[in-house]
Amino acid sequence: MKASKLSLVLTTLLGAVLLSGCENNMVVFQPQGPAARSILDLINFSLVMMFAIIIIVFALFGFIVWKYREKKENLDYEPPEEHGNTVLEIIWTLIPIIIVVALTIPTVKTIYALDKIPKGYEEKEPLVVNVTSADWKWIFSYPEQGIETVNYVNIPEDRPIDFRLTSASTMQSFWIPSLGGQKYSMANAETQLYLVADNPGSYMGRNTNFNGKGYAEMEFEVQSQTQKDFDKWVKEVKATAPKLSEKEYEKMLEPSHLGRKTFSNTHLDWVDHSKGQSQNYIKPELYKREHGYPGKIFKEEKLETDHNQHGTDHSQHGNMNEETNDSHGGEHNGH
Amino acid sequence: MSAKIDTALPLEYQTEQNRMNILGFWIFLGAEIVLFATLFGVYGVLGHRHAGGPMQQDLFIIKDVMIQTMLLLTSSFTMGIAIFEMRRHQLKGMLVWLVITLLLGGGFLYMEIQEFTHYVHQGATMQTSAFLSSFFVLLGTHGLHVTLGIGWAVLLIIQLLQRGLTPVTARKTFIIGLYWHFLDVVWIFIFTFVYLAGLVS
Amino acid sequence: MGINWSEFFVTGDPLILASQIAIVLTSVGAVAALTYFKKWKWLWKDWLTTVDHKKIGILYILVGILMFFRGGVDGLMMRAQTSVPENTFLDAQHYNEVFTTHGVVMILFVAMPLLIGVMNFVVPLQIGARDVAFPQLNALSFWLTFSGAMLFNISFVIGGSPDAGWTSYFPLAGKEFSPGIGNNFYAVALQIAGAGTLMSGINFVVTILKMRIKGMTMLKMPMFTWTSFITSIIIVASFPIFTVALALMTFDRIFGTHFFTISGGGMDMLWANLFWLWGHPEVYIVVLPAFGILSEVISTFARKTLYGYKSMVISITLIAVLSMLVWVHHFFTMGNSSAANSFFSITTMMIAIPTGVKVFNWLFTMRKGRIKFTTAMLWALAFVPNFVIGGVTGVMLAMAAADYQYHNTLFLVAHFHYVLIPGVVFPLFAAFYYWWPKMFGYILNEKIGKWHFWLFTIGFNLTFMPMFFLGLDGAVRRAYTYSEETGFGPLMLTSAIGAIILAAGFAVLVYNIYWSARYADRNISNDPWDARTLEWATASPVQHYNFAVLPEVKSLDAFWHMKKNNEIKTLNEDEIEEIHMPSNTWIPFYMGNVFLVAGFFLVFEWTIAAAIASIGIFAGLIFRSFDYDEGFHVHKDEIIKTESSWRNVGKGVKNHVS
Repeated sequence: MKASKLSLVLTTLLGAVLLSGCENNMVVFQPQGPAARSILDLINFSLVMMFAIIIIVFALFGFIVWKYREKKENLDYEPPEEHGNTVLEIIWTLIPIIIVVALTIPTVKTIYALDKIPKGYEEKEPLVVNVTSADWKWIFSYPEQGIETVNYVNIPEDRPIDFRLTSASTMQSFWIPSLGGQKYSMANAETQLYLVADNPGSYMGRNTNFNGKGYAEMEFEVQSQTQKDFDKWVKEVKATAPKLSEKEYEKMLEPSHLGRKTFSNTHLDWVDHSKGQSQNYIKPELYKREHGYPGKIFKEEKLETDHNQHGTDHSQHGNMNEETNDSHGGEHNGH
Repeated sequence: MSAKIDTALPLEYQTEQNRMNILGFWIFLGAEIVLFATLFGVYGVLGHRHAGGPMQQDLFIIKDVMIQTMLLLTSSFTMGIAIFEMRRHQLKGMLVWLVITLLLGGGFLYMEIQEFTHYVHQGATMQTSAFLSSFFVLLGTHGLHVTLGIGWAVLLIIQLLQRGLTPVTARKTFIIGLYWHFLDVVWIFIFTFVYLAGLVS
Repeated sequence: MGINWSEFFVTGDPLILASQIAIVLTSVGAVAALTYFKKWKWLWKDWLTTVDHKKIGILYILVGILMFFRGGVDGLMMRAQTSVPENTFLDAQHYNEVFTTHGVVMILFVAMPLLIGVMNFVVPLQIGARDVAFPQLNALSFWLTFSGAMLFNISFVIGGSPDAGWTSYFPLAGKEFSPGIGNNFYAVALQIAGAGTLMSGINFVVTILKMRIKGMTMLKMPMFTWTSFITSIIIVASFPIFTVALALMTFDRIFGTHFFTISGGGMDMLWANLFWLWGHPEVYIVVLPAFGILSEVISTFARKTLYGYKSMVISITLIAVLSMLVWVHHFFTMGNSSAANSFFSITTMMIAIPTGVKVFNWLFTMRKGRIKFTTAMLWALAFVPNFVIGGVTGVMLAMAAADYQYHNTLFLVAHFHYVLIPGVVFPLFAAFYYWWPKMFGYILNEKIGKWHFWLFTIGFNLTFMPMFFLGLDGAVRRAYTYSEETGFGPLMLTSAIGAIILAAGFAVLVYNIYWSARYADRNISNDPWDARTLEWATASPVQHYNFAVLPEVKSLDAFWHMKKNNEIKTLNEDEIEEIHMPSNTWIPFYMGNVFLVAGFFLVFEWTIAAAIASIGIFAGLIFRSFDYDEGFHVHKDEIIKTESSWRNVGKGVKNHVS
């Protein structure tokens, strides 16, 4: 009936647009690096399976609804008592199991592959870029080069980039869809992502994890360059860019939108947010809204002033695999 | 809702409504287990995050905790006797044991409040660190349960005095007995995983 | 206490000012109307103090529909704001509040009350009981849900709405980044409503275990009762986790503790874990009873018993177990180990197996049947293709590596709307059309119903289908705006147009309720659909004691077999006995109100006032403890009178409406 027609229309619509995935210009279907490509392979494989399922179920649905509809001729037809059929039920349990297994194998392979340097780039020395997300800007530090950029990141092509993500404030997600999948950046923790760009080019990167008022505009640009251009750019920055001071940095972490900035040193010299201390930069009073009732704000003591007997041992709140307090074993035998 | 009474069964199980109430309370205890399990999980994650504040070893006084444990364990035992007396239809004995249970529970509560005040005086408050936040909330939730249990039992004792032993009052007593034993079990876990583990590590 | 009233009331936005005026006028109007028509007593006796599961069910449904309107307006505002690039209809702050309340309202105050409402109405009737196990507790559940809903609802005019998303991830939702009280509304209102839901869960587990009629073994229960049972178990197992999570949030926000904060050693990831440990089972809490509704409707209108009943039972049980083991799939991108992501990918995909079994069973229920296209059945039919799209995209999202590209994009938004709207809202609409005659004694207009159906389904697909493509093109969720260069404009506009059609569909439903209440034929039989389960064996609308004589059940689809074997007994006056029923009580209504007041003070961080108000809570508990009301008995004469009034007019009434 009508419902089956509707579903037919839907199938064709979905099919027409999605099956042309190879030629379409959606960003996920236009990978510019090995990581994004391996994810796309997985997506395409799953799409084929899913379309098979959709077509089978829709066809079966359309057929049954059409064939067994009530008509003037069959008004005195009384359907048979039928409680089920074990063989059929086992069959349609097994089919989804097979599909799930078929999807699981490439999924698990890809999950493990994405945690390593992409295949074919293992011998190349990865470039380390520390990414610090703040409200609402992205800070990129190049510890080896000793430079820092805000809201844009230049990378050499064909070389694995070792992005080490952390956050100076809220939980955010670092995503460059052209180059690969996303990962969260979190205060007091470090997550990690390997990406490679095939060619020189400019790609959009952004935060995908909602983090307040400035979230929508929290984008950055990835500029992939030849190694030569990259080296030249680094040299230029070292020569011409200003130095970032601690005070300026603190100001920078306040909730705001900034344009692009470039510095010839990195904030890693005095703070690494993956190791704690982000709390020293949080200013709740700057997050007041223009309307509504204000709540209490809790003042936190700054860690530097907090030197009681355990302060030095425990101020370093590590990342996810945190140290246990075994260093205290000896101290407390007396109890 | 039928008022049919089956006198072959113990008093608290004699009506259908009573049987449903007791089953319902068991299911409620199931939910309570999930609640405490979550709190234990939170403590398990945050218990070693001291943020420069005091640690378990600096705070816990094992002797006091042992006394608390003994008080609560004994009160669970006396609650058992109270239910036993109820089964024997001995209202007076039951009331005596209930009151003893409450006194022991009150003693436990007094010591817990003392303990908390002591910590706060040492500067170890809920706001000091993640460890202390999770510690106070886990123990406070248990303590709050004990407090509510005591208040509830007082109401029940008044009703027992007013009405004597009926299927309804018997059911209420039986349910509060279940509740009290449950709190005892939770305390054993707190004693093991918070106090003992905290002192050993 | 010095209150700054310009901070107390949300000011400065014409939309909100208009709402404030509308709220005041509506309240005044309601009070005036009640007084003018002398309806206060009726309101108090028949509704506010009722413990009748049927009336409580209807109250839940009423709240659900009202909140659906609220959540729907939020949704429309979002679609309006994003319809064109760089729109300025809403600013970022307002948009953030709107999508937060949209999510919370739709899940917790629309889907939940509507489903629990249908459960309340239908389950006792299906198992041949006269009420639920704990009728007073049931009323308390409702009034707590209602208080939670109202407390959450007023946030946009008083104090400011929560604005950290329905997931309220820390540290954003904490005081460090959201110092206003908006998120306190989230923590407190959901706590109150959640307590009500937990009690409903306990109530239904006991009801279904203990109050089934003679002969109805577990494997002869109607499928809706089965799904309600499993749902209740999931509620009992998962809501306490949410209780704890919200309590810790409250402590962090109001008392300055360090559970989820950046400072003091707190751990933001813990919130995400706790939230989804509840949040994922919650999805199945709303989806499973909806599946049960579909089973009843499909089986009735295909005139066949449910295909593969036992495999259906096994499937829902498996779904319930798996629902507890998949929560990490909501944050595959949190830097978990590859092993963890692989494990949770697999468990998530495994949910497709029992779900697939169910879909095939429904299809085969219709095979060899005689399918009647009533509005209720149309909703059930539309479920299949639409939900399959939601399901397969769910499997795609379950593949963790691929999820790295879908996560937090509109692809995800499209997916869960394709699951929740066809999977919950369509079945709920089916339930309305199907059980409406049982609730009110008249059928919702079928012709208007079909308008409702076509507008809503077309609008729905038009709204959410574009989001799949937008997501794959890099459009993220929760962004209040986007630039022209992104090229999202045309699809976003399509989606906005779809939303208008969707809203028109909902408006037609409201009109249908109004039209049918005024003009629908009251002369219908107690079994207008020629249905199969016990609720159709008694009068429409159902008399307050449900069944005069409790029937005995010999098989699945008990009523159907009674009809086929001519076992429907005529009224035998000797068989009738007095019926014991519970009395009305004011305590649940009172408790709902004190919780509302105490909760309100807590939201505003007036802790002393909140503590004083909570004395009222204890007073209610004490009062309840001393309440020895034994209920009342319905007299034989009254039963005979009621029964003969509907049984003897059976001939000649309009039956089998199509």
